[in-house]
Amino acid sequence: MSIIDKVQASKNTTATFRKQRTGAERPAWEEEPSALGRAGKVIILVMVVLAVLGPLYTIVLTSISSQATITRAGGLVLIPGEISFAAYQQILDGGVVTRAVLVSVGVTATGTFISMVVSILCAYGLSRPGSFAHTPILFTLLITMFFSAGIIPAYLLVSGLGLINSYWALILPGAVSVFNIIILRGFFMGIDKGILESARIDGASEWRTLSQIVLPMSKAVTAVIALFYGVGYWNAFFNAVLYINDSAKNPLQVVLRSYVLQGVSVPGQVDVGTGAAAGPALQMAVIVLATIPILLVYPFVQKHFTKGVMIGAVKG
Amino acid sequence: MATGTESEHGSRQQGGPTLTTSSTAPASAAAPPTTTPRPDAARRSVGSVTARPRLRANRRVRFRRDRSLVLMTLPAVALLGVFAYVPMLGNVVAFQDYSPYVGIPGSPFVGFENFTRVLADPDFWHAVTNTLVITAFQLVFFFPIPIALAILLNSLVSPRLRSAIQAVVYLPHFFSWVLVVSVFQQIFGGAGLLNQSLRANGWQAVDIMTNPDTFLFLLTSQAIWKDAGWGIIVFLAALSAIDPAQYEAAAVDGAGRWKRTWHITLPGLRSVIVLLLILRLGDSLTVGFEQLILQRDAVGADAAEVLDTFVYYTGVQNGDWSYGAAAGLIKGLVSLALILVANKIAHIFGESGVYSK
Repeated sequence: MSIIDKVQASKNTTATFRKQRTGAERPAWEEEPSALGRAGKVIILVMVVLAVLGPLYTIVLTSISSQATITRAGGLVLIPGEISFAAYQQILDGGVVTRAVLVSVGVTATGTFISMVVSILCAYGLSRPGSFAHTPILFTLLITMFFSAGIIPAYLLVSGLGLINSYWALILPGAVSVFNIIILRGFFMGIDKGILESARIDGASEWRTLSQIVLPMSKAVTAVIALFYGVGYWNAFFNAVLYINDSAKNPLQVVLRSYVLQGVSVPGQVDVGTGAAAGPALQMAVIVLATIPILLVYPFVQKHFTKGVMIGAVKG
Repeated sequence: MATGTESEHGSRQQGGPTLTTSSTAPASAAAPPTTTPRPDAARRSVGSVTARPRLRANRRVRFRRDRSLVLMTLPAVALLGVFAYVPMLGNVVAFQDYSPYVGIPGSPFVGFENFTRVLADPDFWHAVTNTLVITAFQLVFFFPIPIALAILLNSLVSPRLRSAIQAVVYLPHFFSWVLVVSVFQQIFGGAGLLNQSLRANGWQAVDIMTNPDTFLFLLTSQAIWKDAGWGIIVFLAALSAIDPAQYEAAAVDGAGRWKRTWHITLPGLRSVIVLLLILRLGDSLTVGFEQLILQRDAVGADAAEVLDTFVYYTGVQNGDWSYGAAAGLIKGLVSLALILVANKIAHIFGESGVYSK
């Protein structure tokens, strides 16, 4: 463990103690925890947090370290040295990685949009038990959660539709998640019936009720579901392996795999001239690129999880 | 609100029996699905023997009233129809000697030959064994961790600290498997951080990422790193549903911290734990497909071949489509049976709605 980590850890520890003392509303009947118990708890939590953030820390740091710093560290960098963004400049300079980023962004944006439209409509359409054909449609959806056809028929279908090497093969087969529809539906069903009733009396169509009343009331759950879909598209790796043979069309996850796991060298890695970034920095930069969109969106949506997932949990 | 959830509950409970096509469930006494009317319509139609024509008229009225709702579901139904139901039919290749050049219509039917071949294949059974071993191992070493973490987090008094830690531990769930395996590679791989410091101190380097003997531990620790944090969310929800008055009463009666955990917290989590265990049982033939595909080359098929990868490699990679499809169909049908069994067990335990993940 490096000095930085230790400092961070001790900072965390003191913060923990302070918060426990000040922000506490420990009920009167509960005994104060023993010093040993409290220390144990803090140690476990610090270890858990470090286990998650530690690897990310060293990966980000390596990606922005200069070649000299990386050579001195012998690989991954733990102590910040000279900072250099050469790795990012190099991979974003219009090569394979840049292309892959564009593919991933395009697929994720298009896919999330299609999935959200389809899912919201379907969830609202199924949010009133007893409406026409409600139960058969619901069953049609649910059966697909019990039994999936398998890889081979799915592949044969996609190739039969002529979608091999098409970006649509990365979007359409997984565009509908019944699980997400059920979560949305659960939320829509919880909306006060009186509001919907008065909208109908005022002459609003179902479309208008959905877009102007139900959706504005469901921002939190919609955000969570959009994140689920978006992350799903962004992270998808195997469908690209299956359906995309043209390496120019590979999304970022496939490129990440070939550079970091299969040892293919990142373009530019070979010419170790002046100013060129070191191999590890390039690899780490690709890893960071694959993480950034998630890190950007995550904080804004994270606080809604408990609500969104709790509904799913209660229903599930 | 109350009626909404209630009728939904009804339709769910119908779900089980309809799928098993058994008529043992008490809930099937309700009207058949298509004619389940709204409460107001129910008064008019149900119980009347001569209701047929009126029912049809009623159906037309309901269709006119609800057609935009039906229309809204159509895009999703169409997508599932094409990408979920058509492949189900596509499983006929399992009964054929499929050749991509002539397609499904031109390929000869061979009956159950592919299935007998699969069931006689030691590689298939090896994949089954690996799958079950991984499932069992993860059940023992992965499953309890989110429970313990949730109880620990719940015992924190400061809500701000609690939500900060939640934000951190949920995060890896949103990373892709490629990313998770890459991170592990950077830490534990041949040129990774661990070996880097081992070598710096003059010790022998160990390559954990390619060692088939420790692969089970590696898989499980990756799964823990990625998903154990996310797993606590359900338990936290269950914990927040426990009435604090119970703790207070127990504390007043002299129960200490451990006693309260044992006698109040764990019983409060019981139903969630049972539910998740049962779901895991239904899912036991599915173990991290992407995770294994990514590492199969590194550790070899002997340790990393599971059912899903077996289907992929025999079917898609070796081009033995019918053979792979037969293995996949066996897996799908056994999984379906397991889910239905799990559903039954859930009902025995008095849990409902085990139709979703």
